[in-house]
Amino acid sequence: MKRDAPVAIPYHAAAAAGAMSLPSRRRRRFPWAAYGLILPVVVAIGVILAYPIYQLVRLSFERYGLFELVRHSGHWIGLHNYGSVLHDSVFWDTVLRTVVFTIANVGLTIGLGTLIALLLVRISPIVRVLLTMGLVLVWSMPVVVAVQVFYWMTNFENGVLNYILTKLQLGDFINHDWYASTFSSLSMVTLLIVWGALPFVVVTVYAGLAQVPNELVEAARVDGAGPLRTFRDVTLPVLKPILLILTSLSIIWDFGVFAQPYLLIGSSHIDATNYLMGVYVYIKGYGNHDFGLGAAISLLMLVMVAAMSVFYVRQMVKAGDVE
Amino acid sequence: MTRRLRWGRTGWNLIALAVLVVMVFPVYWMVSTAFQPTDEINDLTPSWFPAHPTLQHFRDAIDRPYFWNSVVNSVTIVGVTVAISIVLAFLAAVALAKFRFSGRKVFIVGLIGIQMLPQVGLIIPLYVVLSRYQLTKNEYVLFGVIITYMTFALPFAVWTLRGFLLNIPKELEEAAMVDGSSRLGAFVRILLPLVAPGLVATSVFVFITSWNEFIFAYVLLSDQSKQTVTVWLSAFYGTSRQVDWGGLMAGSVLAAIPVLVFFGFVQRKIAFGLTAGAVKG
Repeated sequence: MKRDAPVAIPYHAAAAAGAMSLPSRRRRRFPWAAYGLILPVVVAIGVILAYPIYQLVRLSFERYGLFELVRHSGHWIGLHNYGSVLHDSVFWDTVLRTVVFTIANVGLTIGLGTLIALLLVRISPIVRVLLTMGLVLVWSMPVVVAVQVFYWMTNFENGVLNYILTKLQLGDFINHDWYASTFSSLSMVTLLIVWGALPFVVVTVYAGLAQVPNELVEAARVDGAGPLRTFRDVTLPVLKPILLILTSLSIIWDFGVFAQPYLLIGSSHIDATNYLMGVYVYIKGYGNHDFGLGAAISLLMLVMVAAMSVFYVRQMVKAGDVE
Repeated sequence: MTRRLRWGRTGWNLIALAVLVVMVFPVYWMVSTAFQPTDEINDLTPSWFPAHPTLQHFRDAIDRPYFWNSVVNSVTIVGVTVAISIVLAFLAAVALAKFRFSGRKVFIVGLIGIQMLPQVGLIIPLYVVLSRYQLTKNEYVLFGVIITYMTFALPFAVWTLRGFLLNIPKELEEAAMVDGSSRLGAFVRILLPLVAPGLVATSVFVFITSWNEFIFAYVLLSDQSKQTVTVWLSAFYGTSRQVDWGGLMAGSVLAAIPVLVFFGFVQRKIAFGLTAGAVKG
């Protein structure tokens, strides 16, 4: 669901620096006000996040099923949960599948997003407005709604996708079931995710393209550089920071995706052959009421995501902080 | 040369129109299906637009069990989440934008880091902790859901509001103080009106994210009378073999409308704000 949870990317660092230089007189007089102002949020985050995360660590060392849920206390079993996860071939298959899935999704999202953003620069203003409006329309579709629409379009009985593919002479797709095999059902999930993620990427890269100095592009063309060369040596270096942020955000979101695979593949087709990490955590922990095991898997997953986000958080702090 | 340029642009325009058609088609297909009579929908040759439009599917969707319950639940959860998170976040954002204090950096890293946590990794501890304090019981479960929504609403709202506050020129604030206003007076009369659009935009985005949220609501709201609109929609076809496609698409349209209205409203502002720093940062 994270895709439509907008994450604030820091504002212009210079503007931040300007607002930050308060007279030192006031800086010394008001520190308590600052602590007073952030106190509610710190307390709230402590209660709603820090405490549950502490519990997550504890749960992962406990046997915690429905019985313990009613009693409100677990039974300490040490590393047993971790042992059973790490010895489970389904876990490793799922990790590998999720990594491949994430690479495919992020690659397609960033690649197509950049291409469409480059296209936006080259078209007439009217077409640009139309395309932007269309992208905003797609952007505003709630994930669960998008899942239902894709489910309807790809269903094997009278889905419009099968009809179009057959009409285009691409083969006989009448009554073709896209959810019969792992590869094809995860491809449908990819289609859904990339479709939903493109507007954010296109709009962001397009904004980045506005920063490319026109004189440089002109100069490169005068010097005889082709469009590919111009893109690689002039445009890409300017876009690099924005593409890096978008890529790491997409990696983090796609690695932990849940609603799209869980709902689109549907409970009748979800099984160990098509688990992604999010679905696996949900089914192992919550679905099977084995909260201790689920906690161990969640923790392993959080560690993997944390490792991936170190780069992103550093980048953000560098861009957004002023010290 | 100019001729080649014009042809080139026509080509790009055609490609762009093709991209537009592909991107928008699912949305169009949802709306179109929602208005088609059932026999048209189930026809093996699809009708590309509703030749005999009907509102029957919308009536069916609204008449389905728990529709109005889920709307009331969603509005309650979203309303309270927005109200609490905006008030708390605004205070913290003022602290971040206007004061230097030690621990500030840790706070910022925490805010950004929290937004990166996958929600699915948090469902188990949140579920266990909430059930320990009786917040998964039917009477209190909406409150429990609101608490879980704070986990993403608060960090996002603090960070975004901070950005809006930083964009206000401090000269304005100082001018007010020179004119004899107290710091609080300057705050109320100068800062608040300037930051009002930011407050609206942030509220709308918290609204949209909470309205769209699925996994926490799905896990916590097991009782059908307590479910939100997204959970109601996800359970639409249940286990029946014959899916009511028209009703499902009408329900989808209904669930998307509030988001569509608000999103179109603030999209420009947020998209610009979100990207402004990343470009040069």
